[in-house]
Amino acid sequence: MTTVLANTWTFTLKELRSFFNSAVAYVILTLFLFITGWFFASNLFLVNQADLRDIFGAIIPLIFLFFVPAITMRLIAEEKKTGTIELLVTLPVRDVEIVLGKYLASLILLAAALALTFAYPLTISILGDPDTGGLVGGYFGLLLMGAAYLAIGLFTSGLTPNQIIAFITGFVIIFVLYMLDKIIMVFPSAIASVLEYVSVGYHLDNLARGVIDSRDVLYYFSLIGLFLFLAVRTLESRKWR
Amino acid sequence: MIEVKNLTKDYGTTRAIENVSFTVPTGQIMGFLGPNGAGKTTTMKIITGFMPPTEGQVLIDSLDAIDHSLEVRRKIGYLPENTPLYTDMDVVGYLTFVQRLRGIPQSEHSVRTRRMIELCGLGEVLKKDIGELSKGYRQRVGVAQAMIHDPEILILDEPTVGLDPNQIVEIRDLIKELGRAKTLILCTHILPEVDATCDRVLIVNRGKIVADGTPASLRAAASGHDRLTVEIKGPSDQIRSALEGLPGAARVARGDGADAEPLGAGCSRFVVESASGHDLRETVFAMVRDRQWILLEMHHEATRLEDVFRQLTVGADAQAAAGSTS
Ligand SMILES: Nc1ncnc2c1ncn2[C@@H]1O[C@H](COP(=O)(O)OP(=O)(O)O)[C@@H](O)[C@H]1O
Ligand SMILES: [Mg+2]
Repeated sequence: MTTVLANTWTFTLKELRSFFNSAVAYVILTLFLFITGWFFASNLFLVNQADLRDIFGAIIPLIFLFFVPAITMRLIAEEKKTGTIELLVTLPVRDVEIVLGKYLASLILLAAALALTFAYPLTISILGDPDTGGLVGGYFGLLLMGAAYLAIGLFTSGLTPNQIIAFITGFVIIFVLYMLDKIIMVFPSAIASVLEYVSVGYHLDNLARGVIDSRDVLYYFSLIGLFLFLAVRTLESRKWR
Repeated sequence: MIEVKNLTKDYGTTRAIENVSFTVPTGQIMGFLGPNGAGKTTTMKIITGFMPPTEGQVLIDSLDAIDHSLEVRRKIGYLPENTPLYTDMDVVGYLTFVQRLRGIPQSEHSVRTRRMIELCGLGEVLKKDIGELSKGYRQRVGVAQAMIHDPEILILDEPTVGLDPNQIVEIRDLIKELGRAKTLILCTHILPEVDATCDRVLIVNRGKIVADGTPASLRAAASGHDRLTVEIKGPSDQIRSALEGLPGAARVARGDGADAEPLGAGCSRFVVESASGHDLRETVFAMVRDRQWILLEMHHEATRLEDVFRQLTVGADAQAAAGSTS
């Protein structure tokens, strides 16, 4: 068990280092801060209402749609392209350790991006009186949602040696999950409630209301578990072809 | 010890190797020689556990490479074809990364890194990103990462491809040095490489093993390729027919190729290929003496491994092609 953790952490550190060495991290963090900041400011001053619900419920999920697959697309695809995957999987490490290590690195980057946006609600708390429960729940929900997206992105990165294809495939899967609860009106109610449960947005709305319900948390954890499992399978795919 | 038993590997409908079996005893340096596409890399990928065979089995020290995958991977050091490396890591950082994953205690890291740096001559590039290194240095980093845990078994897939002649000599020396205490498989399509470094050669062609032996025994087994170059002063056509008439001479050709030294007046040079088991030197000398010509030069060349290799691979291809058309 300790070696599993140690190896996972070794991979995490390596990936974090290469995020920050390659400027990917800086570009992504800056862009993220800039875009969220812009939406935040325009909400605050133009409409003149300090409403975080929009930022949590609509804007950041939308940004994540592009942002998350951009973080993950390189993680496995690049190793397949350059052949380093062969060195990696012939080391005495488990495929799970490789996947978890890479996943954790991407999660840390995402959490850092979210943490940096704390400045905005802080401004609101000076100007007005934000809903603290909603704030905590909103951040928690966004982190969970981002974590699920990252698992999806990591999986699609394992499908191909081509980063662009990894990005697009990841984007499409996330987009479908994102859109589900926005198109349920056209379905009969029995199907609609299933679709709603499967959609990402529905659970995020619950959390953003400040209600941390174990069913919502479970939903995200199942998504994460499923796609990380699939990501491990992509590493093993060399064995069944 | 590496035991490879009846390996067959299909990529879709392409059969890359078929029924390949061999054993490499502990301590042997074995050259795995074959033209491009022969199936060398495929075989190595199976031995190192990167992928399973379609059929067959690999045992490393009697452990099944699939069932005891982690244990087997611990015993092996592997330099894959084309030396894939993380270009954004520096040399020391990368060697440390590999040591962590190999479970080497932290306290040994700097000692082992230093040993590899010394052995592989990486002193000048310690802090450089691997992506900035020349091909030769990259190759050494590849060898260093394969050796850092002092494995019992070392597998190098085409370690000198793309290097200049000086670098090739250096890497070969390094391999010889390293191979002394290890079981080593060296894959290559370049023949002098195995002649220079290996105890044993396995020649593969089109996914099958076509020869197995020491470089010397392979040479001896090959037939009819001993070559005798003679320079004789005398009437050229008479000399030629006399040489052709010698018992044991398989083929006679003029020896004045482009790179030959200029001939003296009235002299001619011939290359005589002998049939197997015949050494023509004495008979040629006696013949020249009897005819009262003058022997200016005689040079005997034993069968070269190149010829064995060509015979086994190109010859087999030609036969296969002939077989498929008829
Ligand atoms: N991933 C692959 N997919 C399909 N065919 C492959 C693959 N890898 C190798 N081959 C085929 O298998 C044969 C053996 O290849 P390889 O083992 O790379 O030979 P070598 O290393 O001796 O040059 C070749 O015909 C090659 O085209
Ligand atoms: Mg090869």
